[in-house]
Amino acid sequence: MSTDPSQTSNRTFVQPVVNEFSITVGTENGSGSQTSNVTLLRAFFKMGIPISGKNLFPSNIQGLPTWYTIRVNKDGYIARSETTEIVIAMNPKTFARDLALVEPGGVFFYADDVKQPINRDDITVYPMPVKKLSKESDAPSNLRSYVANFVYVGVLAQMLDIDADKIYQALDFHFKGKQKPIDLNFNIVKSAMVWAAENLEKTDPYRVVPMDATSGHIMTSGNTAGALGSIYGGVQFTGWYPITPATGVAEAISQYSPKLRKDPETGKHTFAVVQAEDELAAVGMAIGAGWGGLRSMTSTSGPGISLMTEYVSLAYFAEIPVVIWNVQRMGPSTGLPTRTSQGDINLSYFLGQGDTKHVVLLPGSANECFRFGWEAFDLAEQFQTPVLVLSDLDLGMNQWMTPPFEYPDKPIDRGKVLWEDDLDKLEDWGRYLDIDGDSIPYRTVPGNRHPKSGYFTRGTGHDDYANYSEEPDQWEKNMDRLNRKFELARAAIPDAEITSVEGAKVGLIAFGSTDPAIREAQDHMRADGFEVDYLRLRALPVNDTVREFIRTHERVYVIEMNRDGQLHQILTVEVPDCAMSLISIPHNDGLPMTAAWIENAILNKERN
Amino acid sequence: MATKSPNVNLVNLSKADYRGAPTTLCQGCGHNSITSQLITACYELSLTPEDIVKFSGIGCSSKAPTYFLDRAFGFNGLHGRMPSLATGTMFADTTLTGIGMSGDGDSASIGMGQFKHVMRRNLPLVYIIANNGVYGLTKGQFSATAEEGLALKGQGQNQYMPIDIVWEAVISNATFVARSFAGDPKQVRELLKAALNHRGIAVLDIISPCVTFNNQDDSHHSYAWGREHEVALHDLSYVPVAEEIMVDYEDGEAKEVTMHDGSRIMLRKVDNDYDPTDRSSILCMLEDANRRQELLTGLIYIDTNQESLFDLYNLPDEPLNRLTPDRIRPSRESLDEINALMF
Repeated sequence: MSTDPSQTSNRTFVQPVVNEFSITVGTENGSGSQTSNVTLLRAFFKMGIPISGKNLFPSNIQGLPTWYTIRVNKDGYIARSETTEIVIAMNPKTFARDLALVEPGGVFFYADDVKQPINRDDITVYPMPVKKLSKESDAPSNLRSYVANFVYVGVLAQMLDIDADKIYQALDFHFKGKQKPIDLNFNIVKSAMVWAAENLEKTDPYRVVPMDATSGHIMTSGNTAGALGSIYGGVQFTGWYPITPATGVAEAISQYSPKLRKDPETGKHTFAVVQAEDELAAVGMAIGAGWGGLRSMTSTSGPGISLMTEYVSLAYFAEIPVVIWNVQRMGPSTGLPTRTSQGDINLSYFLGQGDTKHVVLLPGSANECFRFGWEAFDLAEQFQTPVLVLSDLDLGMNQWMTPPFEYPDKPIDRGKVLWEDDLDKLEDWGRYLDIDGDSIPYRTVPGNRHPKSGYFTRGTGHDDYANYSEEPDQWEKNMDRLNRKFELARAAIPDAEITSVEGAKVGLIAFGSTDPAIREAQDHMRADGFEVDYLRLRALPVNDTVREFIRTHERVYVIEMNRDGQLHQILTVEVPDCAMSLISIPHNDGLPMTAAWIENAILNKERN
Repeated sequence: MATKSPNVNLVNLSKADYRGAPTTLCQGCGHNSITSQLITACYELSLTPEDIVKFSGIGCSSKAPTYFLDRAFGFNGLHGRMPSLATGTMFADTTLTGIGMSGDGDSASIGMGQFKHVMRRNLPLVYIIANNGVYGLTKGQFSATAEEGLALKGQGQNQYMPIDIVWEAVISNATFVARSFAGDPKQVRELLKAALNHRGIAVLDIISPCVTFNNQDDSHHSYAWGREHEVALHDLSYVPVAEEIMVDYEDGEAKEVTMHDGSRIMLRKVDNDYDPTDRSSILCMLEDANRRQELLTGLIYIDTNQESLFDLYNLPDEPLNRLTPDRIRPSRESLDEINALMF
């Protein structure tokens, strides 16, 4: 295999810009460009260069414009960049808009069959014979439009110095070693490289050079990571209903479980997955399974969460463990279903009618999606309550470079479950009887054959022995116990992570997928002489770490991707003595947050 | 076999061991009659209460699980969403026998979606619908099974066509569909016994009069109307595996259906030639009965060959909920392989 199709190189560099730029690819949805884009992403990663890739796609299967951005950054900043130095224009419908995106001094690659005016002289422009090369390729005519996307991979490889070997490895991975599609696509990459070497004179400064900054990392999506974490957490039942952007969670569970959760002795599966008829049923099944003593979960997004509300309320009140992944998307109902948001934090935290509040885990990386995947089950079973995991479209669906998954560092904790032998030893047992004085009762599960094991679970008022009761004292006593259980959870949930610097008087609080942007902004501001500490919240409710952080800073900016500053609202209520020092900086336009926006927003507030 | 006292069954339990809390439903409510037959059926079949798990939705019908099998686990879930709850729980231990108690409001309105989907999944569950054509707990509104033209106090006249639960069950691929009448306790009991031994979804649409809101003689869900219009398809009796068939049937007089465990349902013809394994004839028969204003009861459809939900899963023999932690967490080595795949 020749991976260097051309020895020809005719290059006149201005000051080179190495491993520090963003690429935006404009294509049509459904044209197959995702494969090319992920191939590019993986090739950079394999070259050891830190990257992030974000698919900014419409709610559509075919035809609407879609963009993919890749940020290449030697310093390891992987948040979305607001600027794009390199644009690849494949879609005539967005040609003018894509052209306008290019930063001054940047580069514009375009499919040369698109005949539209190019009226900029502050950028470098390279045509690409996309139609010609795909027609000349050995691709059958029905696949030509797909392989056409590999023309820009080849041209870019030649012009940026991307290692063709790494492109091959990326294709090999993507097509799982199937030689035919690998060759088909790699051949067109090679021919595009040859064409570019012979026909384009490099006049732009952008290029890549291999580094060693990605070793010890893996590439994965938050949804895959969360699914795998759940599998290692021993998930036994998954009830789900398709919804963007959460579908990938359940699909990955279905994909990986048959191998990972096949009993080595019997060859039987230690799990079950059911695609339900709707979210009402998905959560009903999951709660039924949780009640039955299975590690049980569902995954959905905001609209599905709304439908699950009634059952989650019942599960909270009846004390049934279940894990619910909310991979957030933008807005109510359909909203912007393919855009990211952190708009469900209030909904998730207080989900339900009556007095309800829940443990909510807030993963900030794909790696942490794995960790919270298993940890959520321990918490749900330990506290016998629903636990929500709040991810989002950006974290869930995009590919991230992230540290490798770590094997759970705690044994599985099934909480207080009694079987036949245990009941024999207990003199007095009631489903809601607080035997240990820690507000967490013991539970039995169906299938326990002890004559004392059975009880009746209901949404109606009940006494310590699960008997029907409408006694006012009984009701209040039970609700108070549920509250004490919740208070107890504060100390058991994942602690916040603080990145502090000497002498900072200002703090930042954020959670979830904004983490890379916050860290980048923190570094930028430090470089400008403005030191800030950063607390990344990893779970709700807040604990002493969070209270202490707020109390020890003059001002704390709460940064989040929603309109109303929902986390700011929660913190104001939970740390009321410091409410005045909390300043809300919410922002949500559907795109992942950038460091530039954060820095700008903070500095604006600081100046006022 | 150990000698048993006449007041206990094969598992040495008395009928009292199958009872529940005293009913809080109205006196004469059809649901109490169903509950009582369920207790008798479980007792006569010598089922162990701990082997049974009860589910219900919301409504008068769904309160009923409190009134039977005290020793069994039970979950009174959400309105119309008993089927999903049962589906999840039954995965935990597939050796359990599930009984779902629902009503016409619970299953034919708010729960129609879950009702139909649990049919197509063929979840092993006895799905009882105590059907009275009216919302009792909210004091007498029309339900979706109320006949067109029914007049109820304070509600005026029902303008809409009714939903036929049996019909809906059959077209959703249910594998055991029966209709009965709370005023015909023997048939209810025998159908329950057969249903409890069916490996798949067993729907029992039991006309169960609401004595408070919908028991006027001309109402299609009243005792009087039921008694007057009931046409039993057959005289039905359930014969457990261990028992001999005691009655002598003449050739061609009875049809026998063998259940998956070898037990049998004997259907003695009354006045027609009905074959409950022939799906294609059901809709015509129901349509004819409707036209004749007959309350057709009995085992309307049965398919003992269709795989149950759990046959579709490669589950261990041991219940999932008894698997120890080491059997549900993959090995440390396997995670190295997973990490190597993540690129």
